[in-house]
Amino acid sequence: MITDREEAIKLIEQKFGNRILKSFRKTKKRLYIDIKPSDVPEVVGFIFRDLGARHNISTGIDTPDGIEILYHLELDKALIIITVRTLLDKMKPKVPSVAASITAFDWIEREIHDLLGVEFVGHPDMRRLLLSDDWPEGKHPLRRDFEGI
Amino acid sequence: MAEKRRTIIPIGPYHPLQEEPEFYKLFVEGERIVDIDVRIGYNHRGIEKLAESKHYDQIVYLIERICGICSTSHPIAYVQAVEDIMGDIEIPERALYIRSIIGELERVHSHLLWLGLAGHFLGYNTVFMWAWKYREPVLDIFEVISGNRNHYAMLKPGGVRRDIDDDAIPGIIKILDDLIPVLDMFKGAVLDDPVLAARLKGVGILSKKDIVEYSALGPVARASGIEIDVRKDEPYAAYDRVKWNVITQQEGDVFAKAVVRILETYESISIIKQCLQKMPKGPIDAELKDIPPGEGIGHHEAPRGETFHYVRSDGTNSPVRHKVRAPTFMNFPTFKASVIGERVADATIILAAIDPCYCCTERMSVIDRKSGKQLLAGEQLIKLSQERTKEIARKMGRS
Repeated sequence: MITDREEAIKLIEQKFGNRILKSFRKTKKRLYIDIKPSDVPEVVGFIFRDLGARHNISTGIDTPDGIEILYHLELDKALIIITVRTLLDKMKPKVPSVAASITAFDWIEREIHDLLGVEFVGHPDMRRLLLSDDWPEGKHPLRRDFEGI
Repeated sequence: MAEKRRTIIPIGPYHPLQEEPEFYKLFVEGERIVDIDVRIGYNHRGIEKLAESKHYDQIVYLIERICGICSTSHPIAYVQAVEDIMGDIEIPERALYIRSIIGELERVHSHLLWLGLAGHFLGYNTVFMWAWKYREPVLDIFEVISGNRNHYAMLKPGGVRRDIDDDAIPGIIKILDDLIPVLDMFKGAVLDDPVLAARLKGVGILSKKDIVEYSALGPVARASGIEIDVRKDEPYAAYDRVKWNVITQQEGDVFAKAVVRILETYESISIIKQCLQKMPKGPIDAELKDIPPGEGIGHHEAPRGETFHYVRSDGTNSPVRHKVRAPTFMNFPTFKASVIGERVADATIILAAIDPCYCCTERMSVIDRKSGKQLLAGEQLIKLSQERTKEIARKMGRS
């Protein structure tokens, strides 16, 4: 596991350079990287596997511009939380699954699928996690336009 | 060759004592578990959505009610997330010490609670009675400090709500000192007991690789030799101002998890005492400005592992998004790695070892997949677990 945070950031920049759409260093301990949805498994996989980060959790947010997915990855011994962000089309939110190769993303992708209706392409087990079996299809309670069932 | 009979054991989902209902299906062949499936969401309360309709101060009250056992873990993580959005805010020293004291007191009572339940599953009901008896004085300390035994309402963005009265400190230290011989007794009763060693060593092993793969946390990870603890890795509150050790074990089995929790309780008591003695006088909360647009992350090492909060603000007085991740969300799926290949009689204790909700096991029952006939009810499964301990004791001539 990498222990130097500047080194970690340098490695990410070297590897993905022009594929990073935007990056923002909020404080020394927090880094935000924006990427395209298609780059998600590779970038998240690199930070998790090669740099040895831990998956804190992922978050989905319904914003006016689309559905935003954030993958929070922590390098415990380098003292930094790297948040990888990507923006999905609101009408058809779709992103390649990270859980396809890393188990730690299994449950949260199922949760985001339930609550925001995001499709994680290639997820090994896309059953419902939180919503009950008789919950109607296509209703997602964390969407802004959700008005009950 | 006869066709192998597979049996499904459904566990859960509801029990009045559970803080979170879950539903497990154990697939067994004979006495061995060959697969497992877990289903959650039976009591999803939509707290993240609810938080979007509350203002920042109200959310503390809301999230303190996520869990009844570690009720202060979420507020500690949340207030740090809000402070992270504000950026340059300085929290008074005394408040930082009080946050650590509350966090550690909670760990002491939570670990004792776990020890009691683990004892019950193994047929050591004296351990159960005694661990819960000695948990009570810890709740008394909470009552002295906050007036409440369970939801302490101590946290707020910028500091804490209540001060600890100087006159109360000697009494608190006395209660903590009296807990040390009690812990010594438990350490002797559990760690030096050859029957428990035979029963728990080598059972429900999680390897280092499993921990990394599942991003597991807290005592579960530390029992497998992974030294992660946010109190040490990214110190907050007063954890970098006192001396203490991160407890790790290498084996990754149920026994190692028990060892980690018991030894951690000593460390917690030491942290509380140091904090009480070193705590400087002064204000307990900072003047807050309006919360600017932005995002913040806060985390706290709860008794079960890191609690993680992400809050996004648009500059109004309510968050746009508040993501809450409890440690069990990451630790739960490891059950799949630890329980396969083990005996049905060991399922209850392996389940309890990750410290989720113990009471669900009372609802366990074994049902034959073909006939649908119930083979074993919940109570019988606990009995099965207890009998296995007795059997080992008999073999060792210690019954």
